Parts: sequence; structure tokens; C-alpha cells
Amino acid sequence: MQLETAHFGVIDVDEDEFIYFPEGIPGFENSKRYALIGHDAKDSVFFWLQSVDMPELCFVVADPFMIYEGYAVDVEDEDVESLEITDPNKVITLTIVIIPKNINEVRVNLKAPILINVEKKLGKQVIQKNESLPIRYYLSKSN
Amino acid sequence: MLVLTRKKGQALMIGHDIELSIIDIQGDQVRIGINAPKNVAIHRKEIYEEIRKENLSAIAGKNTDIQALNEKFRKKDEK
Repeated sequence: MQLETAHFGVIDVDEDEFIYFPEGIPGFENSKRYALIGHDAKDSVFFWLQSVDMPELCFVVADPFMIYEGYAVDVEDEDVESLEITDPNKVITLTIVIIPKNINEVRVNLKAPILINVEKKLGKQVIQKNESLPIRYYLSKSN
Repeated sequence: MLVLTRKKGQALMIGHDIELSIIDIQGDQVRIGINAPKNVAIHRKEIYEEIRKENLSAIAGKNTDIQALNEKFRKKDEK
């Protein structure tokens, strides 16, 4: 399918690769379908989560395990159910990246990672109960 | 908004499968017990709102260059 995006112009995405977020993402409840772009590039920490339903909506996402040592995600039973997880190896975890004008303030949300069942193409942003995980984790301070 | 007065130990039902119980009241703090189906997400409002706000500010701008980000933050990792 030809997908019109604000960020990349018109791109060609295989509809079978769309990831369905039944509840959307808080703040963008009406956008249910996304495409992961650039995730197959092995050496990249950052890549894109482009909305199919809202062309102007594109997130930069990152692999939290490469950013925060010892990061762990608790997956609640209800999320296992709603994401139809049968094989944990088929689940990828992403963190949304916020990029303010000042690049030193680039931060990620470790409190609410995005889980994607790549097998079933289902996604959800889950809120972690772990109180020590910050909503704003600044990358520049981590080094 | 519907406002109801409840005492400690009392409860209320929302629909037929969500139960809110007032467990304890201490000064200006109330402990609330919730029984709800698994598929009902329950969060402290301020945390949910903060996450929503972060998401709203996360829309990537047109000039976002993740190549630069990949380089900047990978270089740091190699130090």
C-alpha cells in the first residue's frame, strides 16, 4: 500500500506488516495502525513508528534495553491476553523518544514502553507499575 | 459529575462488574479497593495524564534526523 506520510512523503508499505493498536496510543486514541520503519537495520538504536491512520503522526522509538542497562518489563496477564502473546521471543519492546530542539534534552519514556507482538502484529503502550522507572529518562545524563 | 457520599467499609458498583470499596480514610487520604475485570485498565490519573502528555510532545518534527541520533548516542556508548 502507498502510504502518505508527512515525514517520508509517499512510501510503500506492505499492509501485512501494519501493527494494530486496538486502543491506540494515549493521546492518539484514533490512530490504530502503525508501521515500523527502519527496525531491520541491525546497528540502529533509533527508528520510526509511523501512523498509518494519521500521516502527520510519526514517533521516534528506540530499543530501551540498549539505552538503559538492566531494563526489565513486567507484562501483565491482561496484556499477554490482549496482545495474544504465546511466544515471548516474538515480542519486541520499544520506548518512545522525545526530541526537543535541544538535543541534550532527548529523553525516553521508560515508564510506558510499547510492546509489539510481531507475530500477531498487535501493539500496546503499557504502563509499568515499577515506581522507579522514569517517564522522562534523559539520554545525555546516562553517559 | 455524580457525587455520592460513602463511609469507610462501604462500596459502590459501576455497571455490574466494577466494584469500588472505601477501605480506609485517614485525614485527607482515602484508600480505595477496586475489583474490575482484567481488561479494564486502572491507573492513577496523574501518571496516565503525564504519559499522554509525553506522547503528545513526541510527534517527530519534519526535520528529525535519527541518523544523527544514532551516531551521537552510539558514539557515547563506545567511550
